[in-house]
Amino acid sequence: MGATSNRSTGSTGDSLVLKQIPRDLAVAVDPAETEAHDRKWTPLKIAIWAGISLLGGLSWVMLAVVRGETVNAIWFVFAAICTYLIGYRFYSNYIEKHLLKPDDRRATPAEYKADGKDFAATDRRVLFGHHFAAIAGAGPLVGPVLAAQMGYLPGTIWIIVGVVLAGAVQDYLVLYFSMRRGGRSLGQMARDELGVVGGTAALIATLVIMIIIVAILALVVVNALAESPWGVFSVGMTIPIALFMGCYLRFFRPGKITEISIIGFVLLIAAIIGGGMIADTEWGSTFFLLDKVTIAWGIIIYGFIAAILPVWLLLAPRDYLSTFMKIGTIGMLAVAIIIIRPEISAPAVSEFASSGTGPVVSGTLFPFLFVTIACGALSGFHALIASGTTPKLIEKERQTRFIGYGGMLMESFVAIMALVAALSIDRGLYFAMNSSPALTGGTIEGAVAFVNGLGMTGINITPDLLAQTAKDVGEESIVSRTGGAPTLAVGLAHIMQQLIGGTAMMSFWYHFAIMFEALFILTAVDAGTRVARFMLQDSLGNFFPKFKNTSWRPGAWSATAIMVAAWGAVLLMGVTDPLGGINTLFPLFGIANQLLAAIALAVCMAIVAKRGLFRYLWVVALPLAFAAVVTISASFLKIFSTVPAVGYFAQNRAFSGALEAGETSFGTATSVLAMEAVVRNTMVQGVLSIVFVTLAIIVIFTAIQATWKAYRTNANSSSEDPAVQSQIFAPAGLLVTPPEKKLQAEWDALPAEKKYTRAGH
Amino acid sequence: MNSGVVGAVRRGARSVAWYLKGMLGEDAYEKYAAHHAARAADPSCAAHEVMTEKEFWRDQTDRQDRNPQSRCC
Repeated sequence: MGATSNRSTGSTGDSLVLKQIPRDLAVAVDPAETEAHDRKWTPLKIAIWAGISLLGGLSWVMLAVVRGETVNAIWFVFAAICTYLIGYRFYSNYIEKHLLKPDDRRATPAEYKADGKDFAATDRRVLFGHHFAAIAGAGPLVGPVLAAQMGYLPGTIWIIVGVVLAGAVQDYLVLYFSMRRGGRSLGQMARDELGVVGGTAALIATLVIMIIIVAILALVVVNALAESPWGVFSVGMTIPIALFMGCYLRFFRPGKITEISIIGFVLLIAAIIGGGMIADTEWGSTFFLLDKVTIAWGIIIYGFIAAILPVWLLLAPRDYLSTFMKIGTIGMLAVAIIIIRPEISAPAVSEFASSGTGPVVSGTLFPFLFVTIACGALSGFHALIASGTTPKLIEKERQTRFIGYGGMLMESFVAIMALVAALSIDRGLYFAMNSSPALTGGTIEGAVAFVNGLGMTGINITPDLLAQTAKDVGEESIVSRTGGAPTLAVGLAHIMQQLIGGTAMMSFWYHFAIMFEALFILTAVDAGTRVARFMLQDSLGNFFPKFKNTSWRPGAWSATAIMVAAWGAVLLMGVTDPLGGINTLFPLFGIANQLLAAIALAVCMAIVAKRGLFRYLWVVALPLAFAAVVTISASFLKIFSTVPAVGYFAQNRAFSGALEAGETSFGTATSVLAMEAVVRNTMVQGVLSIVFVTLAIIVIFTAIQATWKAYRTNANSSSEDPAVQSQIFAPAGLLVTPPEKKLQAEWDALPAEKKYTRAGH
Repeated sequence: MNSGVVGAVRRGARSVAWYLKGMLGEDAYEKYAAHHAARAADPSCAAHEVMTEKEFWRDQTDRQDRNPQSRCC
């Protein structure tokens, strides 16, 4: 460039400058000016924030204190939005100012490593949508549904407070630290900060956690599609639709993504409508009526093929479809909840919160609420996304707050809507759908007897309601449709039909919701298998160098087969489990996800400590301590509890004892074969719990060690990439502040040919 | 008055289309081309092969093949 630079006010004496001579325009608003604007409380600003606080406070009072016979859903929406706004405006601002101190004079990887492909500066609003679509999946939709058995209040508080203090903090920190390190992955950062032992434990934990998460997501799909010809047909049709879209983009009109997504969406709707017609025919209802085991095998075979096919053929087009559906459906649900404002008659806190005997997921509120709702409040998986694509696309450092913290708030809102949808259906219906077939016998009579026998006040379900609801949504039966997805679909259909179409449309909305969830999950299964395969190949490559070459076919295929076999085995175990599957396996999903969060936060804590910011260490240490206590105590209960419904090994002992005593049926297992299956499954689940918790303790311990060492030696080191001068400007948040507006106008006035920045090499 | 409304609607539709394209990544080639145009204008950068649109899209999915990204749960 060769130009001299103009050191203007606001530069803190290092080599970075605010203004760059060739354009003579600032690349960032002067920090002092930003600070002054931040601190200036105009009467209007005061009025707005007072209004937000009052509305938020009132909503919390309505939810937590007033607790009338019924609660209107609008209070959930207001409580969530107002709390998010306050958390974003004040808490994330505090983190930005004291802990992270982003510097917009510094170029982001998207600028200094720009290659026009993987590293490309992206508009912050677009990137927000992008990041949100990558983090939000089926998790925030399923967890809150299952946790609804404890009443509406515990889940609501955890989702809203948890995201502000833990989940969004994690996402923000990981995104920021990865961005400062050229977009390095969580695994690499763990190795850098925690050394070989901590880094290796983090890597193995990530791999095992991924397998569990893929398996349990697949289990949710299996449960939603079993005995549902309509669902099987319409979800099955997504495969040919995606193949068609892939070929269209590859050979016919490359790059016309919006166009083909709209075509794909229309075909998808046609598949849903067509599914209803086919399920009505004699042959359709027999041909597509599949049991759980068959569907599970179908998904396993599908998972293998999908993961070895080229991305353009299946994964990429389905990703477009899934993004399209995600944004559309979530927006639609938000609008519907605000317009319809359903009344919720569930208790604030149900008896299952303290007794721990709930049929949906066993265990008491602490710690099991916090592992049942992982996504939406605190999700470790996000750390993989926030250290993946997003940091390579960020335009300016200060935008990490809007994208990282803000994106997670948005996911939390999705979780709140899922909770509202699940709570808006009849409470008895909720329990009939979510109690395992082992308890209800899978029949209407059995379900009625079981649910009414739970002894909950105000619940009296009739066989007619169950039969009628099944008919309305176009299913054979809705008894024991566990896994959360069918319940959410009934809730969504229940809300949407009041807005569009009435009961006649309910079956369409139900299958629309099932399709929407299956689409995410199948994409997550496919992508998860691929990522796991690369991780495995990378590790195997240390022993057999040939495996490092990821395009070596035999290596790629065998590594894929190993990964599919691993999650497939867990899936089959869940599907055939005599105890019901989802209620025993779901805690493992939550624990796995939260342990990953603990690992990510541990890495963040070590980084903060090495920067010497001990005064603000609590921002990371607080959520880390919480996640560690929750997951470790949940794991310990799963391992050591003597209550068979909670402890895996207690269950194992109970069943093997019965087998030894020569009994031929025990509890919900009605044959020796089933009893042996329980013994096997509980052993596997118990061992997995031990592996998880051991790995997580190693990682947390090494992080504490690194933190302590940094404290002792008064460290002030950093593993960041060296600072590079930025040459572009963009506003930081969703709304453009007045100082930003002024500067933006100067940039806009620049002649076009001068706007391009010199790119990286 | 009326033309103002039409103009506003048109602007709104244009920004929705812009957003959707950005979200789905349809503008990837434009960004790539702009990046290379800027480099071509800069004498300190050596000349590079620039991919055609079709090559670019093929390359993009092939890169995803080599470097998979997980989707969240």
